Amino acid sequence: MAYKDEQLHEEKVFKDPVHRYIHVRDQVIWDLIGAKEFQRLRRIKQLGTTYVTFHGAEHSRFNHSLGVYEIVRRILINFENRPNWNQEERLLCLCAALLHDLGHGPFSHSFEKVFKLDHEDYTRAIILGDTEICQILSRISPDFPQKVADVINKTYPDKLVVSLISSQIDADRMDYLQRDAYYTGVSYGHFDMERILRVMRPVEDQVVIKESGMHAVEDYIMSRYQMYWQVYFHPVTRSAEVILSKILHRVKRLYTEGYAFKFEPIHFRSFFEGEVDLQDYLRLDEAVVLFYFQQWAEEDDAILKDLCLRFTNRQLFKYVQYNPNLQMKDWMELYRLFDAVGLDSEYYLVEDSSSDLPYDFYRPGEEEERVPIHLLMPNGDLRELSRQSEIVEAISGKKRTDHKLYFPLDSIEALSDDIPEKKKILEILGR
Amino acid sequence: MFVLLKNHAKLLKVFEASEEITGRKKLQKMVYILKKVGFPFEEKYAFHFYGPYSEELSLRTEELCNLGFIDEIKEKKSNYTQYRYQVTDQGEMFLKESTLDMPPVDEKIATLKEESSRFLELVATMLYFEPATKAEVEKKVQEVKKKSNYTEEDLAKAWTFIDKMKH
Repeated sequence: MAYKDEQLHEEKVFKDPVHRYIHVRDQVIWDLIGAKEFQRLRRIKQLGTTYVTFHGAEHSRFNHSLGVYEIVRRILINFENRPNWNQEERLLCLCAALLHDLGHGPFSHSFEKVFKLDHEDYTRAIILGDTEICQILSRISPDFPQKVADVINKTYPDKLVVSLISSQIDADRMDYLQRDAYYTGVSYGHFDMERILRVMRPVEDQVVIKESGMHAVEDYIMSRYQMYWQVYFHPVTRSAEVILSKILHRVKRLYTEGYAFKFEPIHFRSFFEGEVDLQDYLRLDEAVVLFYFQQWAEEDDAILKDLCLRFTNRQLFKYVQYNPNLQMKDWMELYRLFDAVGLDSEYYLVEDSSSDLPYDFYRPGEEEERVPIHLLMPNGDLRELSRQSEIVEAISGKKRTDHKLYFPLDSIEALSDDIPEKKKILEILGR
Repeated sequence: MFVLLKNHAKLLKVFEASEEITGRKKLQKMVYILKKVGFPFEEKYAFHFYGPYSEELSLRTEELCNLGFIDEIKEKKSNYTQYRYQVTDQGEMFLKESTLDMPPVDEKIATLKEESSRFLELVATMLYFEPATKAEVEKKVQEVKKKSNYTEEDLAKAWTFIDKMKH
């Protein structure tokens, strides 16, 4: 029997708090889960620094990847024998769903920004490179790894396959919304996924929703909106993220300037030098990063030491909301004052905008900007969701945006009252 | 020198140099092409149904609107909504106060603005598949853009355009 058709003697199941059970029957899927590059995802948290705000948010990219696989598996059971669906693509969809986040690194968002990396490049590199994952996929056919990479990269010719993994209503989002809600313990993020799966239909090159399922989709769009503001863009989580980014900036600068580290940052060397090869990338996980933060808290450099202690012990920066248009001059003055009192503004006064954490709001957009969610009307026509749903129209119009300034209030308060700038700083910050 | 909202300022510069941009898709592809030919834009792009798309850019544009630095004019078309953007006086003032670290971009923007969003979509898609060979890029474009029916002339024009943008 061809490897692609091989089935396990008996179905394996993973107990999962979100989907109850994750079912595996294909030998290929079982082998991929066992590959070391996939097991590495256990050591990367799904929500990065969110655990400092919601202590339950310790779930990993491993859990999420299995969840996305399970959702796609269930969708494909519903698609079997439907027009427009090519059952030959089943295994490709399942592999792409399972592996779609393979290239995420530790605290991905900050690492990508500071070291100018893109986890999608590493997902591709792991699938196509000298890895156990690539060996397994190649047993199906020599061009199979490339097909999986193309689906994840959204450049696979069959757009229907792509849209299962990545579109405005896809398995990835349906899993992370529910999973993140479960682990953070919030009450937003819930929607009737079973209903959505039942009303999904493959139509030409996209997945559409039967009009009768519109209200379930409205719920899903509302969850996305609420989870963004309540969980993903939580200001305390952002504070931890700001400190994390500044640690990485600081340590990179020290390395570039030839600083003599007490503890050599060997795992980071290629990141600092801008040439991160695949093996170096795979070696760095969150356990390693947190170990280094402990080591760097013992360094002589006062800024690095302080930032690492803050991150490790959750002594985070405070924040104020600001309007860069109305308060531009005040903030310019603030930067000057920080430097004057010896708080290096590059590390201790940080602006953070909602666009610094791009999150996929539902956007009907304009023609051919991005594919919106389409409803399949009883007469067979397709209609864009926000044109049919007043609720969706209301939240996909003008967006709320947000700008905050982060600073170490404790360090400012610790300054002597004799320093004239202290009063001025606190005044501008409204403290 | 500290620059407040430096990525916003760079984007605002694109709106200012364009005087007016019609269409979100056109804006997306213009910034992507500028980024690919070496201008220091930091918005992260991923491939979507219609070519490279950046959620970060969409959000940043919304922020510029909400801050009052650009005006967004909505026009209802039969099947979709089209958006036009112009810099406001406040936006001009913000740009004047920002010390932008960006090479001269006006001429490139004028070249981009003259083209249709359909053509810019083709150029952006070709640039997305770099550094593959010319033949590989064309094959991939025809695969992912089957419905767009780009002709050989379109592809030839796009290669000349890319060359012009890079020099």
